This record gives sequence, C-alpha cells and structure tokens, in this order.
Amino acid sequence: MSTTTSPRQAPLVFRGARRILVSREFSVFAALALLIIVTTSINPRFLSAQGISDILLNSSIFVVMAVGEAMVIITRNVDLSVGSTLGLTAYSTGAVYAAFPHVSLVVVFVIGIVFGGILGAINGLVVGAAKVPALVITLGTLYIYRGVNYAWAGSNQYFVGNDPAEFGNLSVQTFYGVPVLAIIALAATVIFGIYLYGARSGRDLYAIGSDPSAARVFGIPVDIRVFGAFVACGALTGLAGVLYASRFSSVGADTGTGYELQIVAAVVVGGVAIFGGSGTVVGAAIGAVLLTTMTGALASLNVSKFWQQAVVGVLIIAAILITRLLALRNTRRLKVSEARNV
Amino acid sequence: MSEQATAPVSAAPAKLRSRGRRVWLGRNANMIYAVVLVVILASIFVPFFFSVTTVNFLLIDAVPILLMAMPMALIIITGEIDLSVASTAGLSAAVLGVLWENSHAHGNIWVMFVICVIVGAACGAFNGFLITVVGLPSLAVTIGTLALFRGLALVVIGDDAVADFPTDATTFVTSTVPVIGVPVFMVFVLVVVAIFAVVLHFTPFGRALYALGFSKEAASFVGIRVGRSKFTLFVISGVISSIAGIFWVLRYSSAQSDSVQGLELSVVAAVVLGGVSIFGGSGGIVGVVGGVLIIRTVNYSLELGGLPDTVLTIVTGGLLVISVVAPSVSARIRLARDRRRALVHSGEIAKP
Repeated sequence: MSTTTSPRQAPLVFRGARRILVSREFSVFAALALLIIVTTSINPRFLSAQGISDILLNSSIFVVMAVGEAMVIITRNVDLSVGSTLGLTAYSTGAVYAAFPHVSLVVVFVIGIVFGGILGAINGLVVGAAKVPALVITLGTLYIYRGVNYAWAGSNQYFVGNDPAEFGNLSVQTFYGVPVLAIIALAATVIFGIYLYGARSGRDLYAIGSDPSAARVFGIPVDIRVFGAFVACGALTGLAGVLYASRFSSVGADTGTGYELQIVAAVVVGGVAIFGGSGTVVGAAIGAVLLTTMTGALASLNVSKFWQQAVVGVLIIAAILITRLLALRNTRRLKVSEARNV
Repeated sequence: MSEQATAPVSAAPAKLRSRGRRVWLGRNANMIYAVVLVVILASIFVPFFFSVTTVNFLLIDAVPILLMAMPMALIIITGEIDLSVASTAGLSAAVLGVLWENSHAHGNIWVMFVICVIVGAACGAFNGFLITVVGLPSLAVTIGTLALFRGLALVVIGDDAVADFPTDATTFVTSTVPVIGVPVFMVFVLVVVAIFAVVLHFTPFGRALYALGFSKEAASFVGIRVGRSKFTLFVISGVISSIAGIFWVLRYSSAQSDSVQGLELSVVAAVVLGGVSIFGGSGGIVGVVGGVLIIRTVNYSLELGGLPDTVLTIVTGGLLVISVVAPSVSARIRLARDRRRALVHSGEIAKP
C-alpha cells in the first residue's frame, strides 16, 4: 500500500505497525477511544462497571447485524430490510415460546437463524433475478416484512424476559465478567472476519464489489456469492432478533423499526465503502460499538435525546465523505507512483 | 421500439398506421387502461367504492404522493434518486408547527409557509451540493439525509404535536368541489403536474434529462450542464416536498416529528410503477400520474375492505418490488427470444 520510499526499507515489524496505524479500523477505534475518554472526563460514571456492561450489551445486537450488513455492502448491494427482519425474527421467538414453553434454547436459536436466513434468501433471490439495485428491492421488502409483522402480531406483545428464565438470563449472565451476548457478537465478528479475510469465496465478495462485470468475466459465480451474502445477512439478523428478544423481553409489531439506518450508518462509519469492494467486518463491528457508545454518551452528557437521529445522519454523511476523500487521495497517489515507475 | 427498427423499411401507409398504434398501444395509453381497469375492478368488487366520498378521500390522500412524485420522476430519469423527500416534508412540517405555536398571535401564516419552503429548498440544496459538487452517490447521500432531516425535525419539535392551526386554512385544504367531490387543492396539484409535464417533455432542459440518464459523459459532451441540471432538480425536489409537508400539516391539522414518515416508499413505488426506469433515461409524466392513481386506488379499496393501514404496507412494498422486477425480467425474456430468432434465421438451429 505505502508508496513512499522510506518504509519500504524499514523492518517488517514497523511496516506491520504502520499498516495497522493507517488502517481505517484503527482510526474508527481511535475515535471510539477518544469519545469514551472525553465523555468519562466530563461524567465519570460513564465508565463504571455498569456503564461498560451497558455499552457491551446494547452494542452486541448491533454488532451482529452490522457484520451481516457489511458482507452485503461489500458486494456493492445493500439490505435495508434488516430492521423488519429483526422485528419478525424477534416476534417469532416470542411466538415459539408461547406455543412450546419448554422448548430448548438451541432450537429457539436455530429457528431464529433459519427464519432470518429465509427472509434474506428472498431478498437475494429477487435481487439476483431482477438485476435491479438491491436498494429498491430491499426498500420494498422492508415494508413487506413489516406489514407481515403487523398482520401477524397486531397489537399483541410477547414478554419472554423471565419466562422461561434461562432465556432471559442469557442477556444477564456473564462469562468471566464478560456478558454472554458480547461473546456471541465477538464470535460472529471473528468467524466472518476470518472468512472474508482468508476464504476464497470471502475474497470473491470484494472482487464482486469492486467490479461486478470483471468478477463475472474472471469466472466468479457472482449471483451465487451475492445470494450467499444476503442469506448470511438475514441469518445474522435472525440471530440478532433472538438476542433482542432475550435482552429487551417485550417483542411486538414495531420491534426494530428504523434500525436499518443505524446499521447502515454503523457499517459505513466502520470504513466499509457504500459502493462496495472495500472494508472489513471488524471495522463494521467497531462502527456499531461507536454508534451505540455515541448514543450512550449523548445521554450521559445530558444532550437531548432528540439529537440522536440527527447525529446518525451526520455520521453517515461524514463517513461517505471521508471514504470519498480517501479514495481520491489514493488514486492520485497511485497515479504518481505509476508515473515514477515508468 | 420494434416499430422504430422496421419503420425505415416499410412504406408510408404502414408508418402512418404505426403512429396510430403508438398512441393507442403506447406506454402512456397502457397506463391509462390500467388505471381504468383497476377502478372498474374496485367498483365491482369493493362495496361502497363507487361514490363521491371515494373520489374525495382517494384524491386527497394522493395529493402529497402526486406532488413529490413529480420531481422524483425527473430525478430518477437522470439516473439519481432522492430518498429524503419524506424527511424533508417532515422537517418542514415540524418547522411550521413550531413557528405557529410560538408566534401565531402576531405572525402571518403566509410568511411561515415561505420560511418552510426556504427550509425545503435548503434541504434540497444540501443534497444537491453533496451529489453534484462533492460527487457522492445520490443513493448514499439521501439515505444519510433521510436520517438527518428526520432527526432535525425531532430536534425542532421534540415530542410536541401542534394542532391549533387556523380553521380557514385547514378547511380550505380539505374542501371539495361540490357534486364531483374533487378536492379544491387538486387544482393546484394539477397545475404543478402540468408544469412538470411541459418542462420534461417540451423544453430543452427536460429533454436533456433523458440524455443525462442514458450517459452522463455523452450528455456533457453535447453541452448539457450535468451538475447544474441535477442541482436544480434536487432543490426543486426540496421545495415541492416542503409544500407537501405543509399540505400534510393542514390536512391533518397536526404537526409532529413523524409527519409524512415513510412516504418515500409510495413515491418511489408510484414513479417506478408509472414506467420510469430505475436506471434512468426513460419514462413520462402521464405514466407517473397513472402510477400514483393505481397505488392510491388499490390501497383505498383494501382500506374499505377492512385491512388496517399498517398491513397495507405489504401491498405498497409488493407493488414496488413487482414494478422494478417485471420490466427487467420481461426485457431478459425478450432478449433471449430475439437471440433465439436470430440463431434460427442464421440457420444455426433447425427450425422447430
């Protein structure tokens, strides 16, 4: 990546350190650290044990969704239906417990993940068949899934927090002091991070996002990979739906409304280019934590809660602006280095 | 399209016939047939549909969609999109509410309307600046401003709902022409639609938008000011959206932070259903008006049939998906058929 001459001779360790320091993920992480430090210096209670645990619990659901959304956005698509998918899967968790009170925890998770995967597969199939921007399709399914949720739930709400207790406990329990929910989110990030970094089919997603037609010419099964990304996104959102039901207990017809904007914001803030081809799920996960922390920070700094959504909007625009500027700088640098090589 | 290919070969009478065919079988005519068909079906199958009240309620709810669909059609024809229209309308509604609440004792409501429209224009200019000057993709920008403008609406008005608007304004907005039941406000909307139709179809500015949608580079080579055209469109979109927001406030005589929320779906669905290609470069105003009327008629008849408002989003969402999937799939089927015919002609495949 680096094109200046001095680091080229530098020892491997420094080069590695430099690469980490200039990476997009690190700058997002630095922003997160700065945010926490500033907020804590004004309101010390922000970084209490309770405060940290709140941040971890609140962000883990977003992290799981952001990992799925990042995979879709990397292929130059977008899934706007994640909020509705979360609503449907969370409500279905309530419905499963209402029908079979003694069903095992594993079955509930499997049902949530498979249901989410099916909803994602519908998105993927239509996008693949129609060859129209995924944005329009998933804007449609956003409302279709939400409408199905309303038709199914009506004004009914399920409360699954204490009944059964083991399901509700899931969001309270800790493992060596770390909330179980955060461990699940971390596991999802690591698994999909390694997949996108190392696996052949994971690398294909980047190729597709950079240039779909070139990827096709190269022999990558574009439609299958994009379909797979949508299914993965749906399945992860389904997992998030089950976690949501455990954490917030009450699930109804409007659960998860408007989440899609926060998730897209988290992903682009985390350094995934909105037009595909670059970024990592680790970045997206840090972006999700940053966004949740921001919400918590605004509250603990006594900023009106009405500013939250405006901040989300500003973050989305700032993130795509920065990505654009970095891309411009990169092309210029590449031009210079190519000119030198001639 | 196929007529164009064969026209030079065929003789003059055939050409004349094909012009008649183009009027009666063209996209616009098909749209009108579709609207008439939907209305007839609704009148037959939905009890109480065929009445003056229907005309009134169906059209009054079509007003904001119809207004916002006009600039949206032009923007989609140039190959861009504006997802922030409903949020812009919501911000204008919130501003109007706060202005009215704080100064209705000594303020002129017309001045407040003007301020709202300026807010809308500023929203549109912000979108336009990021898209044309900075060069960001409109889809990403307007997702961001969808959240931003709605967030600002929340900041402006908070949890409040302002309701005590002057009754002469609210009754004017909901008043109807006697006997036929058409809302009086519809006259203003029709003027707006007519202006957009003339601008799009009969002015150099409008014709240039199609060229823009086909190829930005080619358009700029033939002397079209790409950036300026798009910027203008986004500002117009902001202005019209804020007018729709003002209408919304007076129609329901209530301004709150979630006014007009989610209407961008109906607007995009109506425009695409009306035959505007989501990739830009084709479509017309008559089709878009037809698209709005179809969506409203279907929704209204299902409402009469007893389906709750919230479930109806399935229908609007479904229409949106179908309207973008159908042309793409049919185009691919046609392509495959043509390719097969070409192969048959060249003798590579034996005739069946």
